[in-house]
Amino acid sequence: MKILVCISNVPDTTTKVKFTDGDTKLDTAGIQWVINPWDELSLTRALEIKDDASSGVKSVTVAHVGPVTAEPTIRKALAIGADSAIRVNAEPSDAYFVAAQLAEVVKQEQFDIIMCGIESSDYNGSMVGSMLAEMLNIPSISAVSNLKVENEKPIVTREIDGGKEVVSTSTPFVAIVQKGIAKEPRIAAMRGIMMARSKPIKLYEPVAVDALTSYKKFELPEARPACKFVDAENAKDLIALLQSETKLI
Amino acid sequence: MSVLVYTENWDGKFKKVSFELISYASKVAEMLNTDVAALSIGNVANDELQKLGGYGASKILSVENDNAKVFDAQNYTGIIAQVAEKIGAKVIIIANNNTGKAVAPRLSVKLKAALGASVSKLPLSVSPFTIYKRSFSGSAFSDVELKTDIKIITLAQNSFELIETANNATIEKVDINVDAPKTEVIDVQKQTGKLLLTDAEIVVSGGRGMKSPDNWGPLVELAEVLGGATACSRPVSDEGWRSHEEHTGQTGKIIAPNLYIAVGISGATQHIAGVSGSKYIVAINNDKSAPIFEVAQYGIVGDAQKILPQLVEAAKQVKGK
Repeated sequence: MKILVCISNVPDTTTKVKFTDGDTKLDTAGIQWVINPWDELSLTRALEIKDDASSGVKSVTVAHVGPVTAEPTIRKALAIGADSAIRVNAEPSDAYFVAAQLAEVVKQEQFDIIMCGIESSDYNGSMVGSMLAEMLNIPSISAVSNLKVENEKPIVTREIDGGKEVVSTSTPFVAIVQKGIAKEPRIAAMRGIMMARSKPIKLYEPVAVDALTSYKKFELPEARPACKFVDAENAKDLIALLQSETKLI
Repeated sequence: MSVLVYTENWDGKFKKVSFELISYASKVAEMLNTDVAALSIGNVANDELQKLGGYGASKILSVENDNAKVFDAQNYTGIIAQVAEKIGAKVIIIANNNTGKAVAPRLSVKLKAALGASVSKLPLSVSPFTIYKRSFSGSAFSDVELKTDIKIITLAQNSFELIETANNATIEKVDINVDAPKTEVIDVQKQTGKLLLTDAEIVVSGGRGMKSPDNWGPLVELAEVLGGATACSRPVSDEGWRSHEEHTGQTGKIIAPNLYIAVGISGATQHIAGVSGSKYIVAINNDKSAPIFEVAQYGIVGDAQKILPQLVEAAKQVKGK
């Protein structure tokens, strides 16, 4: 059984974003790029499953759609423990474009479980995993907070309003994962970093696909008005203030 | 040509989010000079369906099918696509919740329709069709053009006011062929009767500044008195002080209540990313320089354990409890 983990390369989550070219492009100067947090957790869980011999999972591959500048992020995924990597050599234009590239990779390489993070922390689309599943005409399970594989049979826990559901499905399928899938992201050890240097990154050229959307302009959120402070000794005044000013209490 | 809204039901009932979607769709329909059709999947009584008319749906399409009892994203996508094609929908509007996130991208592929996700305002224009959405986990917003003939929007929760209108909706039962679901439910663990964090209009949330899992009593009481829900920051759920269900922030739940009261939470970027959609933020923290005060409209600098009981007392008086 083979697992594919799709990874996105995003600005470090503490980045104060800025824009250039008349607010039409992200200013990448000084940005630290990292594996999208949910993808990193997916990778961690995929490796935990592979480590358990009874799962029947034999390999974990990561795939990324992006230019050569993303290779440090891919190497990091290999250092964490992925067996191999695939990079589709293209500038990602939108989620539909990215999903179409990944669909081609899955068709060529045949994976049983495809894991995608529930969203990327940059464009917050929550789209690629489900789009990929529809393109491949296979099931997708969203909001996955646990994934187990026993003798090649996946058992999935998904979050629903006010609780959880444990479900099973046929393979291949796409698991769109969120918090809970792994406790802490696995960290690359020195040995992993050394080994990552010799692991293969297979290169795909992109298939021609037109994006369905285009980002026209970015803006920063409006500054909130300055904080009104209430004295700690008279904390109860806060309730009166909220009542008169927000009308919510 | 019309605007189609998928209105999810919870055990046969709609929620505020359903009416928000219809209210929003009515305004979009006005911009396009067309009307709103609502699609309901599952067993919902006629008087409940009729409620959708009160927010501007002129037609309510109801699909009841045994194969739709289990939520299977592929199946639900098929149902919505068939209904959209049947009525010639040009814009499809879905909630940006778990269901919407699971279905909307699949629908985008199936109908080759551009998707604008987590939209928080009416379209900026309909020609070209441009939407306004949250980006970079709340650190920015963006204008995005949806370039296809059919468009899909998922609406961020609590981002649009309810607008009531005269109700003269017609209800139509639609017969659709639905395949057997490929998802099989083995077990369900569900809390009932508890206000869901994502539905709550007031949220009281605690961070590491609460110091110990034993100190939570007055915070929970404040939430109860105010009719709200409780939440927590990531370190608190990681430590096991509170359940993971309550973790609010970039990697936890993203919420947008009207009032968010952060107690002992310093306001790391990742936490703010999960709550920046709140209408009002109140911060209580003993560190005056904590970044949470930069996003809060109201604040108290001091010891949470001394402040919370005072707030509970004052809230009880106001609420007459």
